[in-house]
Amino acid sequence: MQRALQAIANRIVIAVPFLWLLVFFLAPFLIVLKISLSLPAIAMPPYQPVFDIADGVAGLWAGVREFTVDNYVWLTQDALYFNAYISSVVIAGISTLITLAIGYPVAYGMARASSALRPILLMLVILPFWTSFLIRVYAWIGILKPEGLLNTFLMWIGLIDEPLIILNTHTAIFIGIVYSYLPFMVLPLYSSLEKMDYSLIEAAKDLGCSETGAFWKVTFPLSLPGVVAGCLLVFIPAVGEFVIPDLLGGSRTLMIGKTLWNEFFANRDWPVSSAVAIVLLLLLVVPIMLFQRAQARAQEAER
Amino acid sequence: MRRIGLLCLTTAAAILSYGASAQERVVNVYNWSDYIDESILEDFTKETGIKVVYDVFDSNEILEAKLLAGGTGYDVVVPTASFMARQIQVGVFQKLDKSKLPNLSNMWDVITERTAKYDPGNEYSINYMWGTTGIGYNVNKVQEILGTDTIDSWDVVFKPEELAKFADCGVYMLDAPAEMIPAALHYLGLDPNTTDTGELAQAEELLLSIRPHIRKFHSSEYIDALANGDICLAVGWSGDVFQARDRADAADQGVAVGYSIPKEGAQMWFDQMAIPADAPHQAEALEFLNFIMKPDVAAKASNFVYYANGNKASQAMLIEDVIDDPAVYPDEETLAKLFTVVAWDPRTQRTATRLWTRVVTGQ
Repeated sequence: MQRALQAIANRIVIAVPFLWLLVFFLAPFLIVLKISLSLPAIAMPPYQPVFDIADGVAGLWAGVREFTVDNYVWLTQDALYFNAYISSVVIAGISTLITLAIGYPVAYGMARASSALRPILLMLVILPFWTSFLIRVYAWIGILKPEGLLNTFLMWIGLIDEPLIILNTHTAIFIGIVYSYLPFMVLPLYSSLEKMDYSLIEAAKDLGCSETGAFWKVTFPLSLPGVVAGCLLVFIPAVGEFVIPDLLGGSRTLMIGKTLWNEFFANRDWPVSSAVAIVLLLLLVVPIMLFQRAQARAQEAER
Repeated sequence: MRRIGLLCLTTAAAILSYGASAQERVVNVYNWSDYIDESILEDFTKETGIKVVYDVFDSNEILEAKLLAGGTGYDVVVPTASFMARQIQVGVFQKLDKSKLPNLSNMWDVITERTAKYDPGNEYSINYMWGTTGIGYNVNKVQEILGTDTIDSWDVVFKPEELAKFADCGVYMLDAPAEMIPAALHYLGLDPNTTDTGELAQAEELLLSIRPHIRKFHSSEYIDALANGDICLAVGWSGDVFQARDRADAADQGVAVGYSIPKEGAQMWFDQMAIPADAPHQAEALEFLNFIMKPDVAAKASNFVYYANGNKASQAMLIEDVIDDPAVYPDEETLAKLFTVVAWDPRTQRTATRLWTRVVTGQ
């Protein structure tokens, strides 16, 4: 009896995350998918067909038969979408690598700090979140603009004679993304590095390994789950980033977020913008799922 | 424990204030940013007892997306007429009960005639402000480069060799296809409202030819950039350039900003106040519109934002800077040269957006 109760309780506990995914991921996904199969219309909302519960099953079926894949075909006919996807992935990829290069030493230093200091360092990493994300990005405009803090300072110390043009370039976008997403890289790295058993490194050294050799042969492989988690946490939102390129980047930067904005707001073509969003989701989710499955297999093979 | 006590207190306060607001009359207004003298809202509340919940947007596209999705909760919104024409077709707005708007008699026929093109019979909207899309410039730099301190022609913008002179100094252009494509078409002597792809391609060619000399496409940053003296030229909206002029004067750093309606003519646009069909507070919205059409209120608004309004009776109360400035209230001759545009059909809209993406990003 008790065991049965226990089983039910377990089910309920498992149901919570499933319900969460259902309500906040699957349902919105299905709505967007549905709109991506619709046709634009001059109406409210601006697409057809629209389902109404009052129409019942027959109405639903009539609507489903109106579905079309035209919007996806459209995406293949103009190189704009492909270029925007590629450019977004490249910008997000470079930003992720820079974030990793900066975040790893930070996380490593934090994990090796004395246990009294660690909570303070952790607090410092989280601290920027207390200010609105938008305000922090705006602050970068003040820092990077030609007559901004950075240029004024560099000219004052005599390093440069003319202000550097950083704002409205790709460099500014990288700075913005790396700055904004650094905590998402540092935190998972820190948690995997902190759990590491440092006697392993001592053992490696005892066996004649150099300091760098020990790092690459022991520390880095052990921190790989943290590296993967951190990179995914930075890369995925960076691909779809809209605010940072819009505020810091130049108008010449082509990213998928802006393309989506154009389809949705300028063209009022909700179906095509939904199709862009679905393709973006598939491009991101499918490789990640394949990667995770491969990793799970590899782990099982090791056992 | 104290914290819990505090929480209870604030909850109680929230419930109390909710109870109070249930009897309070409210109007939810959604207007462009930096587009009103806030004291007008206070005056309205004083006179009618209706509380104004004021919210702002900065692009027609965002307003339109909200309106098309429906259920915005706004009672008064301020779309530009060309966008509004399409929204009226979709059924976003409700017809105005003109018996509740006695102040309509104050409106200016010169403007109502033109807005009727978008809203036949002005059944759905009243004019709030109108203006032009022209050239804002740094007076001293233009003097230095051209040897004259006024700009009177689109040649400066649309002739690549002319614009090149200003490239180092900085040129901004509105990131708005509905402004820039008609301007280019008009300069080429074509119909600014054309839907012909060949003619649109000519406009694209013209825009691409001047693109290398443009530092940024953006629809609001040019105000500060002009005021700070960071740039020399900007294609922008009249009132925004006047705001830049005022900021430059206030900063007193030797920057002087000028605005030109080029002699070839420029686009004239109208921002209209309308009531969404599903507005929760219709009666209050009508009272608000009627209040805005009072001559002293319209004058106060124009005196603050430096845009012309569609209220004839308010003109006696406008300050000289506004009514006597031909860039704000153009003379008959200039007025005759201004052109208006209607909204693109979905097909042309798509062509225009794609064309504009090529101009802006080069792809």
